[in-house]
Amino acid sequence: MIATESLSKRFPRVTALDRLSLDIGPGVTGLVGANGAGKSTMIKILLGLSPATEGHAEVLGLDVRTSGPQIRERVGYMPEHDCLPPDVSATEFVVHMARMSGLPPTAARERTADTLRHVGLYEERYRPIGGYSTGMKQRVKLAQALVHDPKLVLLDEPTNGLDPVGRDEMLGLIRRIWTDFGISVLVTSHLLGELERTCDHVVVIDGGRLLRSSSTSDFTRTTTTLAVEVTDSDEHPDGTAALRTALTAAGVTLHPGVEEGLPGAGHILLLEAEGEETYDLVRDTVAGLGLGLVRMEQRRHHIAEVFRPEAAEASTPHEEVPAR
Amino acid sequence: MSTQIPQPSQAAPDTTRIHNIGYRSYDGPRLGRAYARRSLFSQSLRGAYGLGRSAKSKVLPMLLAGVMCAPALIIVAVAVATQQTKLSIEYTQYAIYLQVVIGIFLASQAPQSVSRDLRFRTVPLYFSRPIERADYVLAKYGAMASALFILTAVPLLIMWIGSMLAKMDFAEQTKMFGQGLVSVALLSLLFGGIGLVMAALTPRRGFGVAAVIGVLTISYGAVSTLMGIAYVTENAGAIKWLGLFSPITLIDGVQNAFLGAPSMFPELGGPGAGFGVVYLLVVLALIAGSYGILMRRYRKVGL
Repeated sequence: MIATESLSKRFPRVTALDRLSLDIGPGVTGLVGANGAGKSTMIKILLGLSPATEGHAEVLGLDVRTSGPQIRERVGYMPEHDCLPPDVSATEFVVHMARMSGLPPTAARERTADTLRHVGLYEERYRPIGGYSTGMKQRVKLAQALVHDPKLVLLDEPTNGLDPVGRDEMLGLIRRIWTDFGISVLVTSHLLGELERTCDHVVVIDGGRLLRSSSTSDFTRTTTTLAVEVTDSDEHPDGTAALRTALTAAGVTLHPGVEEGLPGAGHILLLEAEGEETYDLVRDTVAGLGLGLVRMEQRRHHIAEVFRPEAAEASTPHEEVPAR
Repeated sequence: MSTQIPQPSQAAPDTTRIHNIGYRSYDGPRLGRAYARRSLFSQSLRGAYGLGRSAKSKVLPMLLAGVMCAPALIIVAVAVATQQTKLSIEYTQYAIYLQVVIGIFLASQAPQSVSRDLRFRTVPLYFSRPIERADYVLAKYGAMASALFILTAVPLLIMWIGSMLAKMDFAEQTKMFGQGLVSVALLSLLFGGIGLVMAALTPRRGFGVAAVIGVLTISYGAVSTLMGIAYVTENAGAIKWLGLFSPITLIDGVQNAFLGAPSMFPELGGPGAGFGVVYLLVVLALIAGSYGILMRRYRKVGL
């Protein structure tokens, strides 16, 4: 889908991308980086709108330097910022954008109706966009990126400004773009947690350099952390401490209180799950102590933990890079 | 966001699954750049008259179009009724007399055409599609100039039809009508360019409106005042130079020199054929300059 080779972009005072080589296949790929890591610059280059200082990039097998219009005909782009005029309806706007992508008038109308339904806009699509909630506006932005049935969509921070429910819905929608629509996705975010649930593959960049590129399961496979919370009983006034002692005795590796700062952190035990048997062991131990099991849940290693130490090292020689 | 039940991360999609949500892919034609440019042109041209926009936004352009045509209808009615052999206004003078209406139309519609895209940051969506910067500028400029041409040419058409109804000399009327059309075409390009440049410099619609009105009226006011002073002080040589500094006097000068139009300049002030070339060159330079400035402007805002 996307291939870059020692791609660099230098502005007079900053280096936005520094010899970045990537190979991104079909599927949902997350592009992670802090603000100013070079994500937006990367998207501009991939759309053929901004020439790279050096290096080479291909999208859908087309050279971005020479085939910009052809690439943009088959790629959808959802910008990070607001981009919707408030005085037209979602339908009118998306139809217009479909025609801008080259769809004939009838096809533009049909595709607009389909696409708006797929992103979850129904009756409200005939009302002016000005009256929409942030979540609905994000859906319209997504619809205009999908309306011409691209092979690949570039989504720049699609969950920005959404509440937790809206965020989950948007992530579900992004997942469906690939699983149901068969359209590959490159999605940027500075929130790593949400990408590990959505993406098949995650690329981490910082200061314009590649930190890591691997499949999401690689990031999270190595070990799984379990969070366990129990009640106190008369027999064990401090249930957490009792369980800690019992589990340590049973040979389970316990993490020290990693989650400080969170409410109730003192009552949550974090432990390494080596396999199915750990779950059984915890259940049996808790039952044996006569405690109530409030929760036992998987805390995957967040991608953040995987790359944070490296990021700290790598980011030092770079100035802060403006996103646009 | 980790409070979820254990769930393996999904790998590649299972292509054998049947989904009932019915996503249909599109295999039809993709008509490319030229078609997208035409679509943007027609959308912008229709938008200039409020078509495809809210009912409220149709009011002003339609009203102005009506005001623009009303004098032509009256002139024609009078000419037909009284069996005149000549229309009471020259074709080439019509737009000059009604310059205020044209100015208001431009000031209200040029910002509508370009400031909205800038203000609501829709421009990146255009540039992430097959069209290039030049396509966008050409479509917008073409649409604005065409809207102005329709506004200024329709009254001339009414006058020409009226002159035929009044059985005036066909050859003479048609020639003058043709000269009038050339004149308003030039005027449309010049005014359209100036209006779009003013509007494209600010994302705020209100500023755009004020800037367009300001440029048109202040330049005309200043030029005609100075011309008056030059005339009173018998400094006739200065008048033709002064005419270069306002759009409407430029058009006036060009059509006086080349299109056989009487000049609105103070007596004897018309540039004449020799100096008219300077007028024409300035007009063409302004049109090209407007295009150039718009191209520069959109280089900055692409994405």
